[in-house]
This record gives sequence, structure tokens and C-alpha cells, in this order.
Amino acid sequence: MNISLEINLALAGILFLIGLIGVMVRRNIVFMLMSIEIMLNASGLAFVAAGSKWMQADGQVMFIFILTMAAAEVSVALALILKIFGRTKTLDADLLDKMKG
Amino acid sequence: MQVAFYISAVIAVLSSVMVITRLNAVHALLYLIVSLFSVAVIFFILGSPFAAALEVIIYAGAIMVLFVFAVMLLNLGQEAKAEEKKLLSGKLWIGPGILSLILLVQLLIILFSENTNEISVHAISPKEVGITLFRKYLLGVELSGMLLMSGIVGAFYFGEKKKKSKHRFLQGENN
Amino acid sequence: MLNLLWIVPALPFLSFLILAVLGKRFTLKAASILGAGSIGISAFITLLIGISFISNPPADHIFVQTLWTWINVAGFNPSISFYLDPLSIVFMFVVTFVGFLIHLYSVEFMYEEEGFTRFFAYMNLFVGSMLTLVLADNLLLLYLGWEGVGLCSYLLIGFWYKDSVNGAAAQKAFIVTRVGDTAMAIGLFLLVANLGTLNIKDILSKAPETWAQGSSLATAVALLLLGGALGKSAQLPLQTWLPDAMAGPSPVSALIHAATMVTAGVYLIARTNALFILAPDVQQLVAVIGAATLLVAGFSALTQHDIKRVLAYSTISQIGYMFLALGVGAFSAAVFHFMIHAFFKALLFLAAGAVIISLHHEHNMFKMGGLKTKMPLIYWTFLIGSASLASLPLITAGFYSKDLILWTAWSGTKGSTWLWAAGLFGAFITAIYTFRMVFITFLGEQRTEISHTSGNLIKVPLVILAVLSLIGGFIELPGTLGHLPLFSGFLENALPSVSLTGKSILQEGIFQIIAGITALAGLYISYLLYVRRNISEERFSKGALHRFFYSGWGFDWLYDRLFVKPAIFLAYINRNDFIDLFYNGIAAVTSFIHKLLSKTQTGRLRWYAMGIAVGAILTITIIVFL
Repeated sequence: MNISLEINLALAGILFLIGLIGVMVRRNIVFMLMSIEIMLNASGLAFVAAGSKWMQADGQVMFIFILTMAAAEVSVALALILKIFGRTKTLDADLLDKMKG
Repeated sequence: MQVAFYISAVIAVLSSVMVITRLNAVHALLYLIVSLFSVAVIFFILGSPFAAALEVIIYAGAIMVLFVFAVMLLNLGQEAKAEEKKLLSGKLWIGPGILSLILLVQLLIILFSENTNEISVHAISPKEVGITLFRKYLLGVELSGMLLMSGIVGAFYFGEKKKKSKHRFLQGENN
Repeated sequence: MLNLLWIVPALPFLSFLILAVLGKRFTLKAASILGAGSIGISAFITLLIGISFISNPPADHIFVQTLWTWINVAGFNPSISFYLDPLSIVFMFVVTFVGFLIHLYSVEFMYEEEGFTRFFAYMNLFVGSMLTLVLADNLLLLYLGWEGVGLCSYLLIGFWYKDSVNGAAAQKAFIVTRVGDTAMAIGLFLLVANLGTLNIKDILSKAPETWAQGSSLATAVALLLLGGALGKSAQLPLQTWLPDAMAGPSPVSALIHAATMVTAGVYLIARTNALFILAPDVQQLVAVIGAATLLVAGFSALTQHDIKRVLAYSTISQIGYMFLALGVGAFSAAVFHFMIHAFFKALLFLAAGAVIISLHHEHNMFKMGGLKTKMPLIYWTFLIGSASLASLPLITAGFYSKDLILWTAWSGTKGSTWLWAAGLFGAFITAIYTFRMVFITFLGEQRTEISHTSGNLIKVPLVILAVLSLIGGFIELPGTLGHLPLFSGFLENALPSVSLTGKSILQEGIFQIIAGITALAGLYISYLLYVRRNISEERFSKGALHRFFYSGWGFDWLYDRLFVKPAIFLAYINRNDFIDLFYNGIAAVTSFIHKLLSKTQTGRLRWYAMGIAVGAILTITIIVFL
């Protein structure tokens, strides 16, 4: 028996939502970043599954791009986090609300 | 085939849940790596070995390692752990949980309201991927190159240490 | 020669512009030459035009000079054009000529005042507007001149603006005449809506064809135009502003409130005579209002102390005579009385002004006296003017004009005995208060010292006007005295003649004798009261009737209760301006929404993530499930 596309997409959706919950709940910036990584990974899974269904390489190509983007994003984000931690000695995202109002 | 798929799926979900509920950052990162591995297995089952390899090498191998190093640089101690425990309470999960549940329900309704699409097992070789990448998506490759370049420059800039105005012997009084 | 017509109003306007813009840089002498000179040149050109018109009249005795088109919309195209016919020549002559004399007088009168150039600028603007009014070819241009003279009246009454009383008087004049102006505007709207044009000639020919005699539309239009005339000419019920308008300088009172602006209403009714003939009820109303006003004002003038207020009430009364004449259909008699009245009333105001500044701005007659020997020229000219006002028989011009009105009031087809009786009694009262004024001011013992003697620029206009007040009447001799109807013959081509019910020359003679005797009787009674002191005024002056007359029959009190106090009350309860509340409300709602929305900007990352999730749910719901 073959695997259906819907199951894969559902799995991707569940992983994505878990990542979303992580972003909404955790206050530590590092954990929020990790949750974002989960979300990115889940969307990559969706792409690869779709590409596999159509039996084309496009899904994987898209996944490569996502990966690239995730790499660039993580490096810059971590650098920023280090900077923020150096300035305000906390990693609490709720305390970084200078953009309020 | 199916069994492997379902087992990997379950592991992926469970480890993701563990990621977001840990107090220790490094523990969470390790769980995240587990999740990435199981997703790589799923890729392999779906007939995308190249994607699976990339997932392990780049995502789990480079990005997560970078994460681990950064977390270690942060040097969070025991007081950070206590802080985390204080911040994370049971009531916090209700709101996001409900929202995500609604989204999940909507997603499942959309997905399963149509005919089932079967995926035939057919491996797509790296060669095909390479050809598609550098012929059809050449522009995207160039753009990602630029993106990575900006990432490097940004990381470099933010990582720079500013020269302190006072000599380090005199730092002690008021840092 | 007739093509020079446009220069006559243009020159005062030009002079106004120059004085208004460059006035500060002018020396007093230059400003007076420009200010008075422009009117002088206009008067001279008017003379030339008049001579040309009389000797060589154009076709139909009408000359139209179109300058340019003003509006051209959907067939309605009033243009800036001037209409010259005998009626407008008469008015133009009076405005420019008397205006010129008054400007000469003002040069000396206002010489040391601050705002000298401002005064002449306003006066020139006034003369320009008045000329536009009388020369207008269509009612819209007439209305432009109408508003212009109203504006200048406001500016000139409140000339000495530093005293707020003058400003209040100017406001009162403007607001009361505004009521009339609004009625007139509505009348103009009706005319345009029904006849499609405001061109006077077209109206006079179209109206009898379109509207039946006495139809409601004709009555409405005539009534509204009458409203405008009542406001400007200070007749009942809109006469309350004129006595207070005496707050302005005397030349202003002479020019605006005696000779020209207040007669604009007379001009309007005479111009649109066909409309009034179409609405006989309204014409009857004109006569009744005229008669009532002349009595009301006459009684009020009997009791005043301020010399200028006596003259103001006298003006209201005399214009009542003109309205009476218009009402019985004697249009040319009304215009004749207008011309003669302009002469002697301007003379009286100018002489009164000379007296006032000679006594250092003393207005109260009872503080004057004994000036007969001290200022003889002014005394004699004032006496001549008063005699003309009282219409002393045969020698004064006033006799001829007022008598003509009284005769047509009796014998005209639209006249009645009551109207004649009112006019006659009014003449009696006029004689009494006029000579009361003369005797108290000039005879008796002197109570205030003279501080200033008048120069030539004051005396010469007085003399000229005095001469005119004597001989002006001889161009219209009635049937009993030689029958020389030069004036009405001249106006015949412009105004419909009055239809008389065929009374005989003998009756006319008898009525003239009655009128003459009445005037002399008034003179005698006044002589008894104020020179011989056989009967003293003090006995009457404390009585309620006296106070009633003194306050102008209580109209100010009535209007205060009826209109002013409720208006102030409404303004008071609306002091927070509930209409403003609406606009402020919109602003308040906007800023409230802003505050609400700004609460969503918590600055916290998790909150934003939750926002994204909620947004995603909503979007998916709407797109997929709805």
C-alpha cells in the first residue's frame, strides 16, 4: 500500500502547529527560535512530499532553498540574541517591548 | 514501508513536543535534532534521498550545531533554569493550544475533503535535483547566494566586539 | 457723448482702489483732490451726458451700454451694462452732484481727523456702488450696487470705530437692512425661476404677459422686492436703524442717509413699476406703509434732543412721502420729491454738521442757541433748508414737490382721502418740528461757546444747496401756477404717469391753499412754543406719550424683546455649539479607535505570533469555509 499525500501534509501541519504553539508559549528567545526552526522544517516536509507526489525534483529544490534561508536566518538571529543578551542581561522576550504602542 | 513511515512520524511529533516543553536549552536542542532525523527518514521513505541527506548534513549538522554553540556561549546557569520554570506555567498552554487545535481541525478538513492522492514510490536521484536546480531554478540559486552573503555580513557585524573606551584594568569599578 | 457713461461709475471705483491701496502715502491734499475730484469729474460728465440726452434723445429714450457679460448659464445671462433713461439720469445727477458738494464739504470737515484717506476711499466706493445701482441694466447688477452701498454704509457709520457705540450702530444698520436684502434676494430668485431673466426691460415687458393682474406670484415678488426697499429706505417696520446711524460723521449722514442710499428703495420700486402695477394690493400696501411711516417718524421727531436725530426721523418721514406717492401710482412725483429732498436734506445735515463742529461736537440742541448772529451764513442756509422741508408755500422747492404728492394722493385713482389726510397732518407736524429745531438751535441765548469757524469749503456747498432748495421746484409748476411740467414730462418716457380721477384745477388750487396754510400754521405754533414760550415744552416732556415718541414709538424695545433676546438666548444655550459636537465627535471616535488599536501593539513577540495564528484561522475560515 502506498502512502497518501494527505497524511504527509497532515503530518507537516501538525509539526508546524507544534512549532507555532512553541512560539506563542515560550518566553525565552532561544526557544522561540527553535520553534521557528520546527516550523521551517515542517514546511520543507510539505514541499518534499508534494514534489514526491508529482514525481518531480521541484519539491526538493524548494527544500534546498528553505534550508539555505534557515541557515542564513539562524546565524543572524543568534548573533542578534548574543548581542541582546550582552546588553540586557535577560533572554525574556516579553521584556523587550520598547516598540510598544 | 508504511510502518517505518508511521513510526518516524510519531517520533517526529513526540520529539517536537519535547522540544517546546524543556527547561534546559541544550536538552531541547537535542530533541530537535531527533525530530530532524526522523523527518529525514520520512524524506527517504518518500523517495527523496538527496533531501534526506541535506536535512541531516545541513540542518541537523550545521544549523543545530550552530545553535548549540550559541547557547553554550550564552552561559545560562542554574538561575536561568529556575527562571524558566517560573515563566512556564500550565495556564499558558490553553490559549495557544486552542488556537492551534482550531487550525489543525481546519487543515484536516481541507485535506481530507478531497480524493486521496497516492504517492507512488519512486526515488528522485540527486542528479535530477541538480539538473532542475541549475536549469529551472538558476535564478533562485543566485538569490540564495546573495542571501547567504548578507547573512554572513550581518552575522559578522553583529558579532563584532566594540572597542571599550576604558582600559581593561580600569573596567572593574563600574561595568 | 453717451458712450462716456461707463466713466461715471468707473471713476469713483478707480479712485477708491487707489486710495485704498496707496492711501497711506498720500498727503491730505492729494487725497482730497483725488477723492473729491473723481466725483467732480463724474458730475461733470453726467452734466454732459444729461445735456446730450435731453437735446438729442436716443431711440425710445433709452441708451444701453454693455461692458461685458457677467454670467452666461442656461439662458440666464446678466451682463455688466448700464441703462440710461430719464429716471437713471435724474438719480445719477443727484448722486454725483450732491455727492460732489458733500465731498468738498468733507475735505474741510474731516481735515484733521485720522483716517482721512480711508474716509474718502469709503465715500468713493459708496458713490461708485450707488451709481452702479441706479445705472444697472439688470436686477443682479442692481443688487450688487445695493449690497455695495450697504457695505459702505456699515463702514462709514462705524468710521470712528474706536468707540464701540459706533460699531454697534453700524452693525444694527447692516443687520436690519440685511433682513430686507434677504427678502429682495428671494424675490430675485422667484423672478429668475419664473421669468428666466433679470434684465429690467425684459421683466417689465414679460411680467404683464406671464402673470395675471393680482396673481399670487406677482404679489409675492412685489412683496419681496418691497421688503428690500423697506430695509434700505428705513420704512416701517425696518426703520429702527436710521436714527442710530447718526453715529457716523455728518457728511456720511448727508450723503448716505439723506440723499442717496435711503432712496434706493424708492428707485427700486420706481424701476420695477410694472411689477407693482401688476400687484395692486402690494402697491396699496406701499402707500399705507408710506403714510404710516411719515406719521410715526414725524411724531418721533417732535421730541428729540439730538439735532441729527431730528433730521434722521425727518428723513424717514419724507421717504414715507415718496412711498406714498409710489403707492398711488405717482411715480414721477415721488422722484421729484426725491430730488428736492436730496437738496434740502443734504443742506440741513451739512449745516447741522457745521454747527456741531463749531460747538466742539455738541449734538444736543438744548445746549445750543444764539447762533443766529454768530454764524449768519449757516443760519440762513439752515433756515432755507428748513423752510423747504416744511414746504412753506410758493418760495421753497419743497412746497411744489410735497404738494404734488398730496394732490395725487387725493385725486389719484389709487389714492384715498385717508392717505391725503395723513400726508397733510404729516406736513403740519413736519413744520412744527422743523422750526422747533431752527428756533432752539439758532435763537435764544447762547449756551455753548463757538470753538471753530467754518471755511469756504463748508460754506460754498451750503450756499449752492440752499439756492437749489429754493429754485429747484420751478421745473415742475402745477396747473394752478403756470403748468410747467418739465420734470414729469422728462420722466414720462420712463415712468407711467399717474392717472387722476379728473378733478378740476380749482380743486387743485384749493388743496394747495390748504397745504400752504397747514405749513404756515405749523410754523406759527412752533413759534409760539419755542420763541414766545407761551406754552412750554417741559410740561409735556415727562409724560409717557413724550417718552413713547422719543423712543421712536417703542420699536427698538419691541425688536429687542421679540428678536434680539431670543437670539441671544439661543446662542447662549448653544454656546458649546452642538453642531461642533458632531465634528468633535468624529474626531473623538477616531482617537478612541486609535487608542484601542494601539493597545494591540504590545511590543511582545509572542503576542504578535498569536496574532498571526488568529489571522490565519480567520483567513482560512473565510476563504475555505464560507
